[in-house]
Amino acid sequence: MKIHEYQARDLLRSYSIPVPGGRAIASIEEAEGAFKDATAGMASPEAVVKAQVFAGGRGKAGFVKLVKTPGDAREAARFMFTNRMKSPQTPPEGLEVKKLLVATAAEIADRKEDSPRSGEAPKKEEFYLAITTDRKSRRNVLIASREGGVEIEEVAKRDPDAIVKVPIHPLIGLQAYQAREVAFKLGFKARQVDQAVEIMRNLARLYLEKDCSLAEINPLVLTPPSSTHPDGQVIALDAKFNFDDNALFRHKELTDLADHSEENPAEIRAAKFGLTYIALDGNIGCLVNGAGLAMATMDIIKHHGGEPANFLDVGGSATEEAVTEAFSIILADASVKGVLVNIFGGIMRCDVIAQGIINAATKHKNADGSIGFKVPLVVRLEGTNVEAGRQLLNEAKAKIPTMQAATDLTDAAKKVCAAVG
Amino acid sequence: MSVLVNAKTRVICQGITGSFGAQHTKGCYHYGTRVVGGVTPGKGGTKDANGLPVFDTVERAVRETGADATMIFVPPRLAADAILEAAAAGIPVICAITEGVPVQDMIKVRAVLDGMEKRPTLIGPNCPGIITPGPKTGGGTSGSDPYTNAGCKIGIMPGYIHTHVSQAKLGKSVGIVSRSGTLTYEAVWQTSRLGLGQSTCIGIGGDPVRGLSHIDCIELFNMDPDTHGILMIGEIGGTDEIDAAHYVRQHVKKPVAAFIAGRTAPPGRRMGHAGAIIGGADDTADAKIRALQAAGVEVALSPADMGVAMVKAMRLG
Repeated sequence: MKIHEYQARDLLRSYSIPVPGGRAIASIEEAEGAFKDATAGMASPEAVVKAQVFAGGRGKAGFVKLVKTPGDAREAARFMFTNRMKSPQTPPEGLEVKKLLVATAAEIADRKEDSPRSGEAPKKEEFYLAITTDRKSRRNVLIASREGGVEIEEVAKRDPDAIVKVPIHPLIGLQAYQAREVAFKLGFKARQVDQAVEIMRNLARLYLEKDCSLAEINPLVLTPPSSTHPDGQVIALDAKFNFDDNALFRHKELTDLADHSEENPAEIRAAKFGLTYIALDGNIGCLVNGAGLAMATMDIIKHHGGEPANFLDVGGSATEEAVTEAFSIILADASVKGVLVNIFGGIMRCDVIAQGIINAATKHKNADGSIGFKVPLVVRLEGTNVEAGRQLLNEAKAKIPTMQAATDLTDAAKKVCAAVG
Repeated sequence: MSVLVNAKTRVICQGITGSFGAQHTKGCYHYGTRVVGGVTPGKGGTKDANGLPVFDTVERAVRETGADATMIFVPPRLAADAILEAAAAGIPVICAITEGVPVQDMIKVRAVLDGMEKRPTLIGPNCPGIITPGPKTGGGTSGSDPYTNAGCKIGIMPGYIHTHVSQAKLGKSVGIVSRSGTLTYEAVWQTSRLGLGQSTCIGIGGDPVRGLSHIDCIELFNMDPDTHGILMIGEIGGTDEIDAAHYVRQHVKKPVAAFIAGRTAPPGRRMGHAGAIIGGADDTADAKIRALQAAGVEVALSPADMGVAMVKAMRLG
């Protein structure tokens, strides 16, 4: 699960990690007030207005704007609320923006030791800080770099030594000495060190307590010296969190933040029934049990020249109702020209799948009002209760005229590829 | 012979009175597994549907039954505790079937298990389990008329697809290790239909932090004199299969075949930025396939050819 930037800022704040002032707004009318609050006391007021959507490409689409007056803030808000955001990462029709973040445009200190070449702007004090889980060492790992504000993958490719990685002990957590070492390696000095250490330890605590799979601050910046912070202040300008879906049962406070509006409606519908559905570009609808077999089924369809329309894993514990729903989701996709059912029953029983097929054939209503499978259906069943499953289908044959049985994986893939042409 | 479990293994089920626990305890019992009881806190002193004794704690179950393996079917939020309880009770083989265990729970569990003087073998979580097939009897309707004579099935896999070497046409046994449940069944079924038996099949599960890895299982199969070939089924993500390829190249003389699922999967659905650094370029299917081929492994490019690749690697076909 992911959360929006304004929610991420609230989360950081609740763990005493400083972020620039600002708040989320839901209407054009709130823009001026939010600008005034975000820039209160600034000699030259400046704020940034950002659309709160998950899709990338906001800047290029004009949905991130630097503004200097309340009127500009209102104009930016009007633009973002009344236009749909379109980028390569959004659906072609674009996304409706429901919330904006209006935040103080924080000033970033110049990086002193880097002598800029003439004509080039000086480098800024921007850092990268993240925690993620490393499956190889089976530990959470703190990752930091002096090169912040850019894609960390780029840094990793160009200059792997510019990235510091520190393993976090599973039982005692990130220790102060480890955080200090990282702070010094990042080049922090004097009172900045304690600030950075505090941020790292709080981020590590947040990571564990909220069951994150990624907690990323990019960039973490140093502000110029001020009266309250004579050595400058270390603050988080932007953050990104991913949470472990397996742990959401103990985090109602996180599930309450979920925004499903940018997800594929079919994926949401599937999730409600405990199904995993991923839409793809092809025309062969697939219904499979188990992620590995589902991937292998996609592989073999492509191997025989077909293109899967989706990845649908009914998992192990799906009920007859969920299986029926799974067929409805597949059949509701207009691009589906054939359906392949590939089940190797373990926990999942073949008779449950067979009953789901029969239910879909007798009850599913198509867009044109007709009932059942209008497209070819190829069924391959093996495993737990396979005999009962085959018998059910045999008895219901007349109700499912487009159905063909397949004997094995290759046979199934060949038949469905031939059926869609 | 076999690895980790055999006909003598005494098995309990943690979560034996839950719906899945009960259903699969019955399945294992009918298969011929020596199931000796189960654990459900608060239901100690009762019996399950098969007449097996139920205990309140794993410690008690071990003391009364001499159990030396457990299969865990408790809900995800209780899984870490169940694994630690089994480890504390001294059970050497712990098989966690439960799907959906929080990753942070597993990080702590692994840290505790790895620090134990007598470290138990953990299989899973989120796995189908482990099976050492026995010769089929033609029965399978009840515990007194078991499916096999002297088999040991610990988990949710369908028993009938497996073959004991004594009933295998080619007279050879292979060890199978896989991250995926149903894809393992597919591989087992293909090898059985081609006339191979299986010494032991291990589903290690697909979670990022888990017990046995591919290498651990390959090492076990490599040492087992009655495992004549090794079939490994991997998928995209992580570097387990690459590590296994290096291990095979250096240590394994037995024929090895493999399949990697997800060659055509859309990339980057789950990886965050920092995760991508750690994952590196090694976690694509093609990188894994290349590493395995370089190690002399016979790689099936279609999932329909897993069994064929194994037979080919063993020079039987």
